[in-house]
Amino acid sequence: MKNLIVGAAVLVLFAGQLAAQQSNNQAQADSTDTAALQQKIRDLEDRLIALEGQVRMLKSAQAPSAPAPGAEASAETPAQAPAPAPTPVTSVTSAGGQLPVYGGASAAAKALNPDISVIGDFIGAAGGNPSLPLATLQPFPSLQMHESEVGLQAIIDPYARGDFFISFGEEGVNLEEGFITFTALPGNFVAKVGKMRSAFGKVNTLHNHVLPWIDRPLVTTNLVGDEDGIDDAGVSVEHILPAPKGLFLDLTGQVFRGDSGDVFRASKRSDVSTVDHLRAYKDITESTNLDIGFSYARGHSADKVGSLIPLSSDFITNLYGVDATLRWKPLRRSIYHSFVARSEFIWSQRQQFPSEQRAFGFYTSAEYQLGRRWFLGGRYDRSDRAQFANLTDEGGSVLLTYWPSEFSQIRGQYRFTKYAENIDAHELLMQVIFSLGAHGAHPF
Amino acid sequence: MKKMCRCSRFLLVVVAAVLVWAGLSPVPAEAKKLNVVTSTTDMAALTQEVGGDKVTVEAIAKGYQDPHFVEAKPSFLLKLRNADLLVVVGLQLEIGWLPPLINQCGNARIQVGAPGYLDASQFAEILEKPTGEVTRAMGDVHPLGNPHYWLDPDNGRRIARGIAEKLSELDAGDASYFQQQLQDFEKRLATAEQKWEAEMKPYQGRKVVTYHNSFPNFARHFHLNVIGYVEPRPGIPPTPSHTIELIGLMKRENCKIILVEPYFDLKTPNSVASNTGGKVVVYLPSVGGEKQVTNYFQLFDYDIDLLTKAFQATQ
Repeated sequence: MKNLIVGAAVLVLFAGQLAAQQSNNQAQADSTDTAALQQKIRDLEDRLIALEGQVRMLKSAQAPSAPAPGAEASAETPAQAPAPAPTPVTSVTSAGGQLPVYGGASAAAKALNPDISVIGDFIGAAGGNPSLPLATLQPFPSLQMHESEVGLQAIIDPYARGDFFISFGEEGVNLEEGFITFTALPGNFVAKVGKMRSAFGKVNTLHNHVLPWIDRPLVTTNLVGDEDGIDDAGVSVEHILPAPKGLFLDLTGQVFRGDSGDVFRASKRSDVSTVDHLRAYKDITESTNLDIGFSYARGHSADKVGSLIPLSSDFITNLYGVDATLRWKPLRRSIYHSFVARSEFIWSQRQQFPSEQRAFGFYTSAEYQLGRRWFLGGRYDRSDRAQFANLTDEGGSVLLTYWPSEFSQIRGQYRFTKYAENIDAHELLMQVIFSLGAHGAHPF
Repeated sequence: MKKMCRCSRFLLVVVAAVLVWAGLSPVPAEAKKLNVVTSTTDMAALTQEVGGDKVTVEAIAKGYQDPHFVEAKPSFLLKLRNADLLVVVGLQLEIGWLPPLINQCGNARIQVGAPGYLDASQFAEILEKPTGEVTRAMGDVHPLGNPHYWLDPDNGRRIARGIAEKLSELDAGDASYFQQQLQDFEKRLATAEQKWEAEMKPYQGRKVVTYHNSFPNFARHFHLNVIGYVEPRPGIPPTPSHTIELIGLMKRENCKIILVEPYFDLKTPNSVASNTGGKVVVYLPSVGGEKQVTNYFQLFDYDIDLLTKAFQATQ
């Protein structure tokens, strides 16, 4: 009997254990099923997100018609990712050249349009500044819609992009720049063809709305053609040169038709002008960098404002320039504080009747960012006049700039000019710049 | 005059010769490694995870830098001109600085549209995609959706897959290596995710305020509730009236945490915190925001540690 009871107990225990094991197995199976289901849901979610990504890319892609070099080969590479693979769209469209389109639902319709922007530049002036017959500096009127710059920018195809900047003044329209940039040339060359601001120095390359002042320095006005500067139709080739580690060396060679406002003038096809620029840049620390440039320009001398004697087309003007920029911007607080000091020295060697004129001029300026929206700056100017090198103008400015947002700025400038004619001018300039649409970032 | 002409022609010849020489100079033969440049440190960290020792990775922006406002320094061109692959965050995060660098670098491989250009946003779940009209009256909004998407481990996994796919495409010989690396990363991420979720579970539904709207993916993944921002609108600095409104909102909602990215000024957040009895937490939106945060896992470890301590302190 005792054995029977023990046997029954063992049987019950065994049965219980078996039932428990079965129940555990069932639970484990359920748990495995749940995990598998969860994984399946995750995979489906991933696939959905990948599809959304593809749709987004296709909507915003520039849809270049020809494939990029090597795209075919890379697209054929078998995918070896375990499921669920992200399944990106093929190489040509996966690039996702996203246009900054606005308007949500109509975004797709705008996807193939270029980025369009308008930048307004309004200037007001007070104080006295006489318009002197031999001076190149022309005073601003009391109130003026100085410029409305329309920008049209887009990637043309896998090999190039196009940029147009059309400047509407109060009295006329001017193609400030319009060029194609070949970005996919062999040997790391970058070439531009069209009308462009030449690479002479720093200020000459800058559009009005990115200047740190309302006006341009006297040396630019007197020796490099003022606002328009050396801005001409031509070809530009740029290349980063091999250099010791950490040093950026960049050489630009440009050939233009030879018509640049009152700097160069071409009277026949062979009167082309050339501009060469060597740029050396180095990060001194992560926050501080130094940028130095050497420029040379050569072209046939143009008539200047006030010139009474027509020039011979054989007369040549040579311009030499050195520019230096020191920047400081602490990365952790880069949106609050920064400092920029820049200087440009320019020598002009101008052949004209009756004798060659050798003029020199420079400016030196500094700007400190006081806070996220406020900038305080100053500039000192001194320059001979290109056509009358014995006449030297001098001046200085103090500036305060306020940025309500990234897309507008209000600037005040007190400008003092001491003309060679011994006339002093004290002016208060005010500027409002405002930006509409998607304006591409300018080079550093 | 003739002398000057000769001089100028000589200079032109010299320039042309230098350009041709520079163009024809052989590029130093690198080992087999793919040279990857990324716009941010987070993309670099994920690329490093799947690329392992078959890639060299460099990021342009630093982890403690506002990725919207990076200066397009020429020294970055030196990195980009030799890159085989450029990985970008996309959604216009880098629109203010990356396009001129790509245009100027003279590297055909990484131009938009080329095989070496990878927009990682295509792999990620993007939140806050505007559906109606978008204008700048709304501030510096991103019309294609919020670009701070990497702060969700699920998106990290998806981006890593996309990068592994691209690396395999560019270096087919090492495709199996990249897939192995990816699988290893996914395994470690799954384990870490369990830990992070367990740590954050007690604080699900907690209300927070952030300085900039760079936290939606993190908040959604870990079930936090972002109720407001220190900025009145994206990219617009705090205004007194908005700050007063924010203080009122935090008091009403009993919200005690203000999360601030390391590149923003703490004056306004501190003032809000002192008026609400809250706490300012400088969290890291990116790898490299602090020296000790050197990879994608450490980024979440760091932020979750900060958050859980802050939640405990403001129970």
